[in-house]
Amino acid sequence: MQIYDLIIVGAGPAGITASVYAARKKLNFLVISLDIGGQAALSGDIENYTGYQFITGPELSSKFEEHMRKYDTALKENEEVLELKKTGEVISVITNKAEYHSRSVIIASGKKSKELAVAGEKEFKNRGLTYCATCDGPLFADKVVAVIGGGNSALDAALQLTKIAKQVYIVNNIDKLGGDAIMRQKLEAAANVVILNNSKVLSVLGDKFVSAIKIKSSDEEKELAVQGVFVEIGLVPNVAFAKIVETNEKNEIKINLRNETNIPGIFAAGDVTDVPEKQIIIAAGEGSKAALSAFHYLSRKVF
Amino acid sequence: MSKSVKVYSTPTCPWCIRVKQFLKESNINFQNIDVSTDKVAAEEMMKKTGQMGVPVLDIDGEIIVGFDKERISKLLEI
Repeated sequence: MQIYDLIIVGAGPAGITASVYAARKKLNFLVISLDIGGQAALSGDIENYTGYQFITGPELSSKFEEHMRKYDTALKENEEVLELKKTGEVISVITNKAEYHSRSVIIASGKKSKELAVAGEKEFKNRGLTYCATCDGPLFADKVVAVIGGGNSALDAALQLTKIAKQVYIVNNIDKLGGDAIMRQKLEAAANVVILNNSKVLSVLGDKFVSAIKIKSSDEEKELAVQGVFVEIGLVPNVAFAKIVETNEKNEIKINLRNETNIPGIFAAGDVTDVPEKQIIIAAGEGSKAALSAFHYLSRKVF
Repeated sequence: MSKSVKVYSTPTCPWCIRVKQFLKESNINFQNIDVSTDKVAAEEMMKKTGQMGVPVLDIDGEIIVGFDKERISKLLEI
């Protein structure tokens, strides 16, 4: 049975940075991930990652990936981890394709889009309704679209769409937009944006493709004719496979300052954890911390 | 004879980038169709698939929505 020193679950900013540190410590390790880049790959313009005054999400992700691949890192892509088990000192990582064994694990599986949970959402997914403005935005050239949400990811999506769509509605369920002031200012300056505060989506309507959404604005129900719906109401942690580690009320994995979970040998990093603030640069930093902690754990222990 | 491979994509979608990279690494020739600029092609893709998500692959008339590595590999015998 092959036993790795370390298995990293996830290849977003946290997982990739952990892989770079693990490679430099010459650990025998493996990265398993469904995708590369994680949420960062789906971001629009990034202006707060030190060293890059301006870079897009896809560009920064490909730089991350290049850095990871520079070390000939063993990578299992398109593979989903289903379960983690610990028996004695060995952690089993069970995926949809195989079972691997390791002395330590870093969970860096990130987050995924939260769903609206309204009628029509599932039916119209990819038929006008999407969770990724970066991916699907360009298909909505000269169309009328609605962005659902009022935080940074909603503002980011809306900003991307102002450059593509004819008109952008922002449907925000509280009384004002959140997110960074600089992004709000850019949106307020855009000619094709209508902000609807105190508005809740009730359902998504259409025939083959989305044609409208039903919303409730200050106790008044109305239909908004749109061809695109971009759901940006936040994220939920990808922790379904990690039942053995402790999570908080938001389902985020609880870690200490050394990125240790409650299970010795299992570390976690980035957006999937309870680290305050979810930022690319923070996730990357956390990934490096987790890799160094795993390295110290492995060097302290006699297996 | 090699199969005809069309990739409907946008320049920014991460899965489009990955699928194209995968085809290149596997030495598969393909026609890239940028649906963000080619509206006629975008309509064609929506008609073929009944949906708007990218990437979409057309391998000799067989349609694959998303980066379904296994199906792509099987169809192209990679």
